[in-house]
Amino acid sequence: MGEKLVLTGNYAVAYAAKLARVDIVAAYPITPQTTIVEKIAELIESGEMDAIMINVESEHSALAATFGAAVAGARVLTATSSHGLMYMHEYLHWTSRARIPVVLALVTRTLAPGWNIWSSHDDFYGQRDTGWILSFALDNQEVLDTTIQAFKISEDPRVYLPVLVALDAFILSHTSMPVELPDEKQVAEWLGPRRQGYVVDGRELLAIGNLTWPEDTEEMVMDLWRAMEESYNVIKEVDREYGKLFGRSYGGLIQCINCSDAKYLAVAMGAWSGDLMEAVNMLREEGYSIGVLRVRFYRPFPHRDIWEYARGVKGLIVYDRAISFGAWGQLYTDTVAGLYQYTTKLPIISNVIAGVGGVNVTAEEFYELTKNFIEKIEGGEEPPRITWYHRR
Amino acid sequence: MGKDKLVIEKPLYDRLPIAKPMVGVAGKTGLWRVEKPVVNNSKCTRCFLCEIYCPVNVIRVEPETGVEIDYDYCKGCGICADVCPVNAIEMKPE
Amino acid sequence: MLYEIIFYGRGGQGGVTAANILVYAAMYQGLYAQGFPFFGAERRGAPVRAFARISDKPILRHGMFNDTDILVILDHKLAEMDILKQVHVRDNGLVVLNAPDNYRVKLERFSIGDNVKFYRVDATRIAIENKLVVAGWPVVNTSMLGALSKASGIVSIDNIVKAIKSYFKGRIGEINAVAAKQAYEKTILLEEV
Repeated sequence: MGEKLVLTGNYAVAYAAKLARVDIVAAYPITPQTTIVEKIAELIESGEMDAIMINVESEHSALAATFGAAVAGARVLTATSSHGLMYMHEYLHWTSRARIPVVLALVTRTLAPGWNIWSSHDDFYGQRDTGWILSFALDNQEVLDTTIQAFKISEDPRVYLPVLVALDAFILSHTSMPVELPDEKQVAEWLGPRRQGYVVDGRELLAIGNLTWPEDTEEMVMDLWRAMEESYNVIKEVDREYGKLFGRSYGGLIQCINCSDAKYLAVAMGAWSGDLMEAVNMLREEGYSIGVLRVRFYRPFPHRDIWEYARGVKGLIVYDRAISFGAWGQLYTDTVAGLYQYTTKLPIISNVIAGVGGVNVTAEEFYELTKNFIEKIEGGEEPPRITWYHRR
Repeated sequence: MGKDKLVIEKPLYDRLPIAKPMVGVAGKTGLWRVEKPVVNNSKCTRCFLCEIYCPVNVIRVEPETGVEIDYDYCKGCGICADVCPVNAIEMKPE
Repeated sequence: MLYEIIFYGRGGQGGVTAANILVYAAMYQGLYAQGFPFFGAERRGAPVRAFARISDKPILRHGMFNDTDILVILDHKLAEMDILKQVHVRDNGLVVLNAPDNYRVKLERFSIGDNVKFYRVDATRIAIENKLVVAGWPVVNTSMLGALSKASGIVSIDNIVKAIKSYFKGRIGEINAVAAKQAYEKTILLEEV
């Protein structure tokens, strides 16, 4: 058993950076991410953490500095939120296409206007096609564990891709919970030294991003795609190893609770999956055959794992905390497309958009919505494919 | 910093957007030249600006002898002549 | 069991710190807990809420709540501002008040269920007597944790004291621990409300 501290989600990120022995942190403050940077600065100042903090003038520069340090051979972390991430967006592509290991903590926050600091997943989904590995935590313990795992995944030669770890604004970022810290030496031993595919440190003449012909470029992008496919196995392996060493693993890319015999599945991602789990526990007590499938890694998309549990179910209800305007919720779109890889006879899959703008969705509300969905199908009715749940 | 030794290990999928300086597929690009940089080494102060600014890395400044240009690859862009603070390089038609 | 607790105070009185210390105390007691501020902007002096959940099982639910099992009021003047009704105290719940000895509870200021008990302690006086005054404000949050322990029994006073001392190191921790213990002793059930 490691040391137990009471940490907010943001502090859990900071302690993970310390445990991973990060060399360089470059970040620009934004609510609700600010306390990550503050805590890291505090840990450096007190001598508990041996790292350099680079002050920058914007988020674009934050990731640019992080990327530069990483290319030069440093283990790095940056953190941001909402519009900060939007401003970083260009460099997210640079980082993944240069195949440079970087870890970014994202405190998910709604986009403006309407100035809003609460959690939606808009900013997260905005990075869907950047070539980053995208993960989402359920609670503060998982924030800490996943951030440490992220370094191991990112620096694996089979992968060499940047990893984003998301946590919901306030619901996790500012909420204190007991968090167990793994042993620092053991983490260092497990992570090993910084590993990357190439280094630009002045000893050898090397340039990144020269003009490349279409065929060469396409092959590089294909390799990024292959590395992302390969990361599926690496993520599972890393989670298993972590479990063996530190006593906690999370089921790889998804966590499925009450799923083995379930006729229905409720699918979600992020902290509100916990509220959904509680709702499903209530439904189970009433005899409903339902499980919760929580997506832990959104990229690579865990379609294989979802199919494993969705095979033979009568219906899936997918909760999205964002929407792709003119289409559907992003998690829904991927779930439908993912299952279609395995069957042409899809079960009923409905999409509920809710909690956008940080609207609180309680376990009781999840209970009503999920129960309604099951009742409709059991009564021979077709539930609507997409609904926007909003109460006032 | 420097807590551990950095490990460079080849990726499994290894087509990366990186390049090392080498002779390009176009071969000896000196043929492209319209004007040629001609150096007056007696004027040269060995400031190294031409070496630093040369975009194709074909200039070396030797402290003893002065500026040396590899004309096999110099495309004659004229940047060296432009940055020289003492006008020791002159662009002359081929 | 799951207890939901709201600390109602004014910005700067330490409600959020109280919630965080309570999470430590619950952890020492072998329980699961969450503590968090109001999700949004806060201002010094304005009425603010902080939240805590304590359970013997992992806590799956997140987010703020308006219905509570325990309402801890750090400043009795909030009752005069008629804002406490924003929070509903559930049946068999508790209200723990910081108020002077002669204070009389006006029930119409509260939104409460059946069989709700009121406890009172003069935490402001305890704070002043212990010289727990920061920038002119008596610091009552740690005393109110002592009162909460006495009124609810969810977390023992020993674990409250241990949590305070791990949160505030050295002399500050000692003084706050003394205040919490004194408040624990002096907290009384209001029989006639």
